Amino acid sequence: MAATEIDMRPMSLPAESSATPKAMPIAMSVRDLRASYGAASVLKDVNLEVRERTVTAIIGPSGCGKSTLIRCLNRMHEAIPGATCDGDILLGDRNALALDPVLLRREVGMVFQRPNPFPTMTIAQNVAAGLVLNGVCDHAVLAETVEKSLRRAALWDEVKDKLDAPGVGLSGGQQQRLCIARALAVEPRVLLLDEPCSALDPIATGRIEELLLQIKDQLTVVIVTHNMQQAARVSEYTVFMLMGEMVEYGLTRQMFTKPTDKRTEDYITGRFG
Amino acid sequence: MNDLVYARRKKVNALMFALTAVCATLASGTLLAILGYIAWKGGSSLSWSFLVNLPKPVGEHGGGIANAIVGSAKVVGLAGVLGIPVGVSAGVYLAEYGRGKYAFSVRYAADIMNGVPSIVVGLFAYALIVHPMKKFSALSGSVALAFIMVPIVLRNTEEFLRLVPGTIREAALALGVPRWKVTLFVILPTAGRGIMTGALLALARVAGETAPLIFTAFGNRFADNGWLNPIATLPHTIYTYAISPYEDWHNQAWAAALILMAFVLVVNVTARLWLRPRLT
Repeated sequence: MAATEIDMRPMSLPAESSATPKAMPIAMSVRDLRASYGAASVLKDVNLEVRERTVTAIIGPSGCGKSTLIRCLNRMHEAIPGATCDGDILLGDRNALALDPVLLRREVGMVFQRPNPFPTMTIAQNVAAGLVLNGVCDHAVLAETVEKSLRRAALWDEVKDKLDAPGVGLSGGQQQRLCIARALAVEPRVLLLDEPCSALDPIATGRIEELLLQIKDQLTVVIVTHNMQQAARVSEYTVFMLMGEMVEYGLTRQMFTKPTDKRTEDYITGRFG
Repeated sequence: MNDLVYARRKKVNALMFALTAVCATLASGTLLAILGYIAWKGGSSLSWSFLVNLPKPVGEHGGGIANAIVGSAKVVGLAGVLGIPVGVSAGVYLAEYGRGKYAFSVRYAADIMNGVPSIVVGLFAYALIVHPMKKFSALSGSVALAFIMVPIVLRNTEEFLRLVPGTIREAALALGVPRWKVTLFVILPTAGRGIMTGALLALARVAGETAPLIFTAFGNRFADNGWLNPIATLPHTIYTYAISPYEDWHNQAWAAALILMAFVLVVNVTARLWLRPRLT
């Protein structure tokens, strides 16, 4: 599927409801991205444009390269020995693959599948970690950031009286929101979430979906999910991937009602995967 | 027929079970026997004055081992100061950065070092320090003990760093924190208890080493006199007193052994209790 075709589709669609976005500027774009682990190729010429202040969901069966794709977006794939990628990834108009990965990750944050608060730190320290480790030590600034980030992650009311308790003492859902707060504290422009709810129950999942809908006013969200209902609930755009290829990319409403590709239709209707 | 087989199987099972139980008792009983025997033999010579006085000349009754207690503390302490940072840093290298042949050979060398007889390590320290300086010294004893500590601390540090889940590392990296800060401020503290426990256990282990001290720290009947002079240590004092022909010294050797055992036991138990709440 040619890149130009994909680019046009979201813009040419009529704005039918509130879930249909006005075409926002492009936050990140991916051009001809290939990625491999050693000799095994996992991504084949992926082209994608992520629009600012929207939620883009990436769906597809296990092993289709969803996680690899979002890892490439902030170059976390480099933490895996043997992983390489080539092609172009643009953050605004800067080449992400040429930036210092440390600086790139401050602008493109990530939340992982399993909640992973730092075990030696309190709730407040966890949220402030990104700032503290990068040299911010003004207590007033830190306290303010902790509160603001926890509020954005919809966790403040539950933890405001125990900010000095260990982060790992929270429930799974709370831990995941803590991790979101921690990622938000460094003020990223893009937040990547790699199956953030797969270890959580439906109630905790619902809370995270709510908060995603709130934070997307201020930043761009890309979420990998196994759960198609989740993609339908939270995202404006959906990417469907299969065996390392991007099969279809478009407005979520469109994709879940009138998919253009037969394989997308089969996957969405549960005929395979 | 089936009943017969069953009965036989029951008997064999009972026999083997009894055998393993006996061996288990033998294994743990040894520790109790040693502890009990030393407490019984050493307890009678143990007194406050034994702990705070210097040795008396041969033939004169009484005297203590204050110099050996201070000496052991100094030699083992300096060994820790020298050996723990090297072991921990090398462990960090192996766990966080070490890949390929170099890391493999470092790990392999450490494992071999763990098995090198301690007297050989003592000889090495002798050649390295005592011989060039033409003098037995506390320093050379510490260096010998540090050589023994490094591979123990190294392997332990590596193991505990590997227990830190990769997701913690990723979480910190994804915040835009440089790799070295992730290792130093996130990974090391997470494995901190385990690493410190390992260091304590290594200290306890070398506190009882005698062979490497025979021709390094050498022993001294007088009070501690700086780092560059021969110095008395507990295990070496026990050795000297135990092979002496004097009944009085024999008793003192038992008492000194009791003190050494008590020290090692306290450090061991503390270290293990400390480790328990996390990363076990």
